[in-house]
Amino acid sequence: MAFNSSDTAAFKGVWVFCEQREGVIMSTSYQLLSEGRKLANDLGVELCGVVLGKDIKEDYLKALGGYGADKVYYCNHELLDVYTTDAYTKVICDLVEDKKPEIFLIGATNIGRDLGPRCAARLHTGLTADCTHLDVDVAKYKEFLKTTSTIDVDNTVFEENTNLKMTRPAFGGHLMATIICPRFRPQMSTVRPGVMQTQPYDEAGAAKTVIENVDVKLDKSDIHVEVLEVKKAAKKLVDLIGADVVVSVGRGISKDVEGGIKLAEELASVLGGVVGSSRACVDAGWIGADHQVGQTGKTVHPRIYVALGISGAIQHLAGMQDSECIIAVNKNESAPIFDVASYGIVGDLYKVTPMLIEAIRAAKAAK
Amino acid sequence: MKAIVCVKQVPDTSGVVAVKEDGTMDRAAMATITNHDDLAAVEAALRIKDATGCKVVVVSMGPPPAEGMLRELLAMGADEAVLVSAREFGGSDTYATSQILAAAIKKIGVDDDDIVFCGRQAIDGDTAQVGPQIAEKLGMPQVSYVAEINVEGKAVTVKRLLEDGYMTIKVQTPCLLTCVKELNDARYMSVGGIMECYQKPLEVYNYETLKDDPLIDVTTIGLKGSPTNVYKSFSPPVKGAGMMMEGADKATVEKLVSILNDKHII
Ligand SMILES: Cc1cc2nc3c(=O)[nH]c(=O)nc-3n(C[C@H](O)[C@H](O)[C@H](O)COP(=O)(O)OP(=O)(O)OC[C@H]3O[C@@H](n4cnc5c(N)ncnc54)[C@H](O)[C@@H]3O)c2cc1C
Ligand SMILES: Nc1ncnc2c1ncn2[C@@H]1O[C@H](COP(=O)(O)O)[C@@H](O)[C@H]1O
Repeated sequence: MAFNSSDTAAFKGVWVFCEQREGVIMSTSYQLLSEGRKLANDLGVELCGVVLGKDIKEDYLKALGGYGADKVYYCNHELLDVYTTDAYTKVICDLVEDKKPEIFLIGATNIGRDLGPRCAARLHTGLTADCTHLDVDVAKYKEFLKTTSTIDVDNTVFEENTNLKMTRPAFGGHLMATIICPRFRPQMSTVRPGVMQTQPYDEAGAAKTVIENVDVKLDKSDIHVEVLEVKKAAKKLVDLIGADVVVSVGRGISKDVEGGIKLAEELASVLGGVVGSSRACVDAGWIGADHQVGQTGKTVHPRIYVALGISGAIQHLAGMQDSECIIAVNKNESAPIFDVASYGIVGDLYKVTPMLIEAIRAAKAAK
Repeated sequence: MKAIVCVKQVPDTSGVVAVKEDGTMDRAAMATITNHDDLAAVEAALRIKDATGCKVVVVSMGPPPAEGMLRELLAMGADEAVLVSAREFGGSDTYATSQILAAAIKKIGVDDDDIVFCGRQAIDGDTAQVGPQIAEKLGMPQVSYVAEINVEGKAVTVKRLLEDGYMTIKVQTPCLLTCVKELNDARYMSVGGIMECYQKPLEVYNYETLKDDPLIDVTTIGLKGSPTNVYKSFSPPVKGAGMMMEGADKATVEKLVSILNDKHII
């Protein structure tokens, strides 16, 4: 029978695309599996990881079970070693048409954002980009709205069904929208790296994982691009997402860029963290794009987030407002960053930061 | 050879954002701009035109005022413009938008040596989906996140950005490339260009123009044909304000650090 994406009842199970680069599974996959596990539990269905690659270590495949996968569909083929849109789209669409999952999550990496839309267009289904919250259970969705919106939840009627409710920022983060894809399957969404939290690794889960080798039908003639080179940046990238403490700089360092970054580095090192930044600094070329926090940068949830000379534009807040403790230093007392800050100091960062560094050093030394 | 560029007029979300009472965006009350990534795509096409003399066609789907933006692109140096506009097309999600734009591009005509350009993403929707979806509908290869382009006859070699580096990819025309803002600095309209832009052809494609294309079907376009629907929209959460410290001197900083210490934050 031909594949029919509107026969919604025929689809079952939650899938996560587990992206690998150079044979290593990307950490975004673990975040999505952790999230997918909750959805699969609420639906009472299986959670499956989908891995495309060449000769991936079995340990790596098993480890996906440690993050919640019941089963791993492993597509092993020489032409899947390095990502190409054509090869990956074909293999994934073939598999979806065969197995029919109801939900399919993809990390919103530079590759996931290339693959997701191409697959959704071929499968004739919807795709929601950059989701920040996912629910299937209406009661849980209502709880979510109660804490995050001004909607009068108790006096609003919600249709009772298990459609995937995909919440994402809209219009540059000025609004939140919950999107559904009620008529077609799979319901697809991409999720930015760092948005979902990885659950603790479970050895027992890893041991139980079922690995199913998929019979990949792929030929050179299916691929219409030629990858001539894959080049990694020479410099080691900053691990913002995994950091416990992030000290970020904004345009407030414009007076003395080098000095400002140096202060941030020093404060970060005293606190045991890394340096982040607003987009303004990245656009100005003061710091590498890997440092950017925010809607078009990285989403971080550190224990401590320090904002030095950052105004707190909504797109920046989108990437850091869930940090546990936010400390903001800004000259302007009406800067919006103070609306989300746990502690705010109205002052010149070049004066305040050195004092902070000194006081924290002293406090640590006293312990 | 032709370069067909998809350009979107977007509300300037970096400025004042007007939200209506029902929680949707009041587009009419906001300034509009040409999407940044799309300007880079237009500039990339114009550079190929400078080198080869090819034709550049700009296409936009949107309400009639988008014509103003298209005239500006003609003044920058594009040769022809197409405005895709119809009530039937309104409310389209990315899937439906790509169906319609793909049909419009087919109507313009795609030759063997043509390149279709898109921006990587539009700042209002921020999805980066329309480009790859158009490529799928047109059955052509795509490369997204393009930061460098080299065209030699029908062979196009591009640099495609990854988070931690890049790929160099070779692809044959016809193909679709989605461009990042960093690709180039777009040129300004020239005085001569502004004089000429009203003489250049600007066609409007409405539902009648495109309805015979199999991609255009009431079940696949517009609000009703879109696979995704908005279920609820609401204002984003604002975290309750915390504690503002008084002053900014040594005593203030020491007080803050002692609070952090007491709460075991540091
Ligand atoms: C679609 C879209 C996506 C975006 N994505 C992101 C994103 O991911 N991340 C992001 O950060 N931005 C993003 N932006 C940009 C965002 O809108 C803001 O422009 C940006 O965050 C501003 O950066 P800033 O706070 O460093 O600069 P500004 O807004 O210029 O703020 C500088 C601040 O420094 C203060 N200051 C100046 N001097 C000093 C001093 N000596 N001491 C103390 N304070 C001082 C000023 O009072 C001011 O508040 C996006 C925008 C759009 C349209
Ligand atoms: N209405 C439209 N008209 C013309 N081009 C569009 C339109 N919507 C999206 N695009 C193109 O698709 C790209 C990605 O848009 P989006 O998927 O909305 O982020 C944009 O940068 C444009 O090049």
